[in-house]
Amino acid sequence: MNPLTGKLHIPDAPFRPGQHADYSKVTLPAAGELERPDVLVEERLIRHMPYSMIRVLDTEHRAVGPWNPNLDVETLRQGLRFMLLTRAYDDRMMRAQRQGKLTFYVKSTGEEGFTVAQCLALRPGDMLFTTYRQPAAAIARGAPLVDMMCQCLSNSRDNLRGRQVPTLYSFKEVNFFSISGNVGTQFPQAVGWAMASNYKGEDHIASAWVGEGASAEGDFHYAMTFASVYEAPVILNIVNNQWAISTFQDFAGGEHCPFAARALGYGMPGLRVDGNDFLAVYAATQWAAGRARAGKGATLIELYTYRAESHSSSDDATRYRPVDDWQNWPLGDPILRLKQHLIDLGEWTEERHLALEAELKQAVMDAWQEAVSYGTLEEGPRPPVAAMFEHVYKELPPHLIKQRRQLGVEP
Amino acid sequence: MTMAQALNSAMDVMLARDPNVLIFGEDVGYFGGVFRVTEGLQKKYGRNRVFDTPIAEGGIVAAAIGMGVNGLRPVVEIQFCDYIHPAFDQLVSELSRLRYRSGGQFWSPVTVRTPCGGGIHGGQTHSQSPEAVYAHVCGLKTVMPSNPYDAKGMLISAIEDDDPVIFLEPKRLYNGPFAGDPEQQSGRWDAHPKGEVPDGYYTVPLGQAEVVVPGDELTIVGYGTLVHVAVAAAREAGVCAEIIDVRSMMPLDIDTLAASVKKNGRCLIVHEATRTCGYGAELSAQIQEACFWSLKAPIERVTGWDTPYPHAQEWEYFPGKKRVLEAIRRIMEIA
Repeated sequence: MNPLTGKLHIPDAPFRPGQHADYSKVTLPAAGELERPDVLVEERLIRHMPYSMIRVLDTEHRAVGPWNPNLDVETLRQGLRFMLLTRAYDDRMMRAQRQGKLTFYVKSTGEEGFTVAQCLALRPGDMLFTTYRQPAAAIARGAPLVDMMCQCLSNSRDNLRGRQVPTLYSFKEVNFFSISGNVGTQFPQAVGWAMASNYKGEDHIASAWVGEGASAEGDFHYAMTFASVYEAPVILNIVNNQWAISTFQDFAGGEHCPFAARALGYGMPGLRVDGNDFLAVYAATQWAAGRARAGKGATLIELYTYRAESHSSSDDATRYRPVDDWQNWPLGDPILRLKQHLIDLGEWTEERHLALEAELKQAVMDAWQEAVSYGTLEEGPRPPVAAMFEHVYKELPPHLIKQRRQLGVEP
Repeated sequence: MTMAQALNSAMDVMLARDPNVLIFGEDVGYFGGVFRVTEGLQKKYGRNRVFDTPIAEGGIVAAAIGMGVNGLRPVVEIQFCDYIHPAFDQLVSELSRLRYRSGGQFWSPVTVRTPCGGGIHGGQTHSQSPEAVYAHVCGLKTVMPSNPYDAKGMLISAIEDDDPVIFLEPKRLYNGPFAGDPEQQSGRWDAHPKGEVPDGYYTVPLGQAEVVVPGDELTIVGYGTLVHVAVAAAREAGVCAEIIDVRSMMPLDIDTLAASVKKNGRCLIVHEATRTCGYGAELSAQIQEACFWSLKAPIERVTGWDTPYPHAQEWEYFPGKKRVLEAIRRIMEIA
């Protein structure tokens, strides 16, 4: 046996550092090409959909085709505002990480669009089970920037009492579920949440996201099976941003089949959507939410996008992929595309855009000044040490009272 | 009532009292569970509240977590605790820590019922006792009743508890007390004082050990099936042993254990699970910390061996009356 000549297939990325980011294998249908079936359509009639892609914004930034959600200008501007605010927030927080104020940070650059679009297409009572790369969801739901920053700083005002690494937010007051560091676990939990909604006879739905990498976890299969069996009112989203740290999507199975097509084996509609097209994502989410609320169960949505930055502040993507990869990404930047669409509608200008960017940058700066006034992890004030023992159980059991005393931190 | 009937009665009571209580797991619905513990509940309360699931323990626990977050009080059955491990991540990284990691915003009051222990020819895939694994996980409560009265009262407490509970049911005790002698038939719960179970609502609090038999020569600490083995062995040894049923591994009622060992100066710990890092190791450590200056003999443990639970050698693996008896004699010989 010679293992060097074995036949085991190991996928590889299509390009690596020093090479040109070649997207010639990415085949995309034109915007407006795919039909929009009725929300109540039988799943067996739309099994071709995961192999195509829902796109609304064309190369000229016009909204075309049956999936155009025909949104009013205010919603478009609102979407643009949340996306820009998220980008400004991410930039400020990553800079804070580089300055040593945060131990860790995860940017969502290039992926702001789908999250904002989905949050705007859902209702406030719908529960969000996000990944850590979706600060836009907290922002779009109205979580205060200062509170988000205080969580990242683990300071005296941190609503999570210093227990989580930065970006693993939780905002129950806006139905934003606590983020886990164990990827994929939220997917079947969201299905359970949605099952409870049906059990209670309510019409709230759940929406959950996983990266394409985490879709390889058993949790993905559990979620799909339970959602299918119990017809749970949930939207299950796979964020295909092409990369799980350094491994290309092919390692999660993307080489042989679009992620959206996994829905077929569960008898569930699978939609593949241009994840950088605000309008397409809004429309697909509206469709899936309408279907869930009508009692037709879950939809799997693949959000086709690109991770523009390194995985996290602890990662350096230039070690495993070309530097110009995102610049050449055929589906572009979701912010620029929506901005251009608004300009073409005559509802936006470069000047207004610059002014909004400056305004949001200032808002982020102001929030940052306030947040650090409540402390930083390095310099304090931090949450009290005694807080370490709280919330392990609803009430402190005797052994934890004893251990707290041993540490000498009576509250 | 048998222990299986007492558990069934606990769920019956809670389904009737609280519309947020629902029950699901593999084969628990129409069929009533492979051990018949949920028998009749689907018929009585409907398919919305008592239903079957796919064979997906990770999915069962994950769905329960989400339901709990959305205001329900799920009681799930894992058919054998040997099958619980696909749910390990959801139990250990999610369910147990949700309240903590969210600063108290989110929590999920899930009760996970699962049969444990051997003595039913189950071999290494239907006989294990994982209490130490879950007692090690902060944020979970882990309990194991040894009789019908406690089983019902503790299960009601577990369902009402706002913290997640791993509720381990010694399957050899479902239909009768078992003193560890495979040559003899199991006893009958209706002839046992703890088989007398009220029909209605009552609770047995979690986190409290119980002195099953008072005594002043030796303290035997155990739980589950081994409580009954210890009672029989002490009787045969002619030793006036105080026998304590731990009942709750987390939180542990160390005060009841320590008071007894301080009084008696001798302690034997018995459990069915494997020995190394078994729950007996924690019991031994805590009792030693609390009672060192009162001890007249080393604390001993009689446990399952550090092997998988075998099929053909089941009774050589099981820490039966003979091994407990020998240990009692060793401890009592020390002056």
